[in-house]
Amino acid sequence: MDAESPKPEAMPVAATADAPLLRISSLTKRFAGYVAVDNLSLDIHAGEFFALLGPSGCGKTTLLRMIAGFETPDSGEILLNGDNIVNALPHQRPFNMMFQNYALFPHLTVEGNIAFGLKRLGMHASDVKDVVAQMLALVQLEGLGKRRPDQLSGGQRQRVALARSLALRPKILLLDEPMAALDKKLRESTQRELLELQRKLNMTFIIVTHDQDEAMTVADRIGVMDHGRLEQVAPPRQLYEAPRSRWVAEFVGDVNVFEGKMTGEEQGRVMVETRDAGTIIVPKPQGADDGKTLCVAIRPEKIKVSQRGPVNDLGGSAAINRLAGVVADVGYLGNATVYSVKLDAGAMLRASVSNTTRLDADSYQIGQRVVAWFVPADCMVLEQ
Amino acid sequence: MMARRLFARPARIAAIAPYLWMALFFLLPFAFVVKISLSQTAIAQPPYVPVIAIAEGGWAGFKAALAQLSLDNFRLLISDNIYVLSYLRSLTVAAIATAIMLLIGYPIAYGMARLPARWQPVAMVLVIVPFWTSFLIRIYAWINILQHDGLLNKTLMALRIVREPVTWLSTDTAMYIGIVYSYLPFMILPLYASLAKLDIGLLEAAADLGCSRLKAFWLVTVPISLPGVGAGVLLCFIPIVGEFVIPDLLAGSDRLMIGQTLWLEFFTNKDWPVASATAVVLLAVLLIPLLVYQRLQQRQLGTD
Repeated sequence: MDAESPKPEAMPVAATADAPLLRISSLTKRFAGYVAVDNLSLDIHAGEFFALLGPSGCGKTTLLRMIAGFETPDSGEILLNGDNIVNALPHQRPFNMMFQNYALFPHLTVEGNIAFGLKRLGMHASDVKDVVAQMLALVQLEGLGKRRPDQLSGGQRQRVALARSLALRPKILLLDEPMAALDKKLRESTQRELLELQRKLNMTFIIVTHDQDEAMTVADRIGVMDHGRLEQVAPPRQLYEAPRSRWVAEFVGDVNVFEGKMTGEEQGRVMVETRDAGTIIVPKPQGADDGKTLCVAIRPEKIKVSQRGPVNDLGGSAAINRLAGVVADVGYLGNATVYSVKLDAGAMLRASVSNTTRLDADSYQIGQRVVAWFVPADCMVLEQ
Repeated sequence: MMARRLFARPARIAAIAPYLWMALFFLLPFAFVVKISLSQTAIAQPPYVPVIAIAEGGWAGFKAALAQLSLDNFRLLISDNIYVLSYLRSLTVAAIATAIMLLIGYPIAYGMARLPARWQPVAMVLVIVPFWTSFLIRIYAWINILQHDGLLNKTLMALRIVREPVTWLSTDTAMYIGIVYSYLPFMILPLYASLAKLDIGLLEAAADLGCSRLKAFWLVTVPISLPGVGAGVLLCFIPIVGEFVIPDLLAGSDRLMIGQTLWLEFFTNKDWPVASATAVVLLAVLLIPLLVYQRLQQRQLGTD
């Protein structure tokens, strides 16, 4: 699978530098009975915040651990600025890891933990002290330096782990599910802080997460992994709006998918006759031929729901997709309401309607007939 | 009222039970020993004076008996260097044996803690299995192994490591073999308990922060296992100081450990007061390492 994203114009500035900081090339790791990482290639650029996203067991942590040096790949190369470091031991690599359970040394104070790596460098004691103080300030833990890890809250421990892994100014900071143990509110604020920190220090971060909101929030680029392979590597927006496969579309966010065959073409659009949602007009995909089986995918928030559909002459209304059906379920989420519409053609369709006003008159009841409509440009055409 | 509260809270009784036990089976007997240590030996039954018998003498008799108590026996312990030498020998033997056990026990415990999870209970049982045979029988077995034509000499000669049988019995070597063999499980088990809890992630973190394996062992594994080391050392050192059977059966009779001296005073010399004084001092000597250990632990809990 090609790891580079297909649309470079959406790439952040930092990622366009010529030579990658880290090049992973055809990396494979097998464990007894299964392939954890399967012939995977990936470039990470200096200054980038890269997220490895995937379901548990997809191999993302194994990949991170191979970068850190805790696992030895069966084949492939890891190049740092062009040098193969695949045989270097963890302590010989200029990377630091922030562990999922933080792995703070229980016998050392907060200061002792942060100073641990600095002391190994043979740094002068007064310099160590300075860096430790800097790091404590950076993660806003001034005054807690003399505490032991068991005297800290979960959020504070997380900060100590971060400070410890940043103290050595690693070429790349590896973060293994760094916020898995935090509650939602704290996680969100920590994500923002992490992002600010990365920008401020202009460091390269690789984060492993199974939380797509987290990946979307912090990352410049996201690599979506499944079964040891990278399904797609792209900036968050592209990943969401232009997923490469049905699997990616379904893994990242919510999506309605209808299978069908191409039946006709006009003005750069094609008609897809779906099995259970009628005919849907979509933008013409590359290399499309009549009779080819395709998947039409549409995000729930791109679909509008109304009683009669759009006013007829709304900007080339002929091309608007209208799917009639009956409301089968209403899910109220506060910021949005998700309607499940049982289409007359048979399929179930989910449409998410933003609750833009407090007292919303346009809400629909179960059993009510509605028209779900959307423009062709909002449809994604995917290979099966 | 009090009774009702006690019955309402059975937990209170449970909390008192250990103290009651200690009072009944440790403090009270120890008070007797202290009292005897302050008495004088006599050819009588029991073999010391004064005898406190409140039932007979009443309050006046009790006061008269108290007036007769003296520290003479303790002065004897200091003035006659037999006792001082015995104490020193006990402490030396205990220290050397404990150090040997730490050196042998730590790698064993470390190896056990690194075994696959399903093999760890097996290893644990193997460590405990010797306890299923009486301690005394196992020491007699060692006499058998170490004697002139015993298994050890036969093996050494068969392997042509020695030509003549070596004299093992009645030497310090034999005594150390016996002590280390007998007490090793008490060293291994607490060490194992603390090493098994060690999170492998901490070693990875140490490696990540620039430690080689050896460095990570010294800077992470060893400090984290120190409470286990402390427990193992105390569990071995304290009983070995008072050890009587092993030195009596395996070591020579030229230099005695304090347990042997105490036995001599009590059974051979029938000098209960001196034997009691010896025991009281022994307890005081053993309390010191305990208090030191507690201090260390408190300091570890503090800010360090």
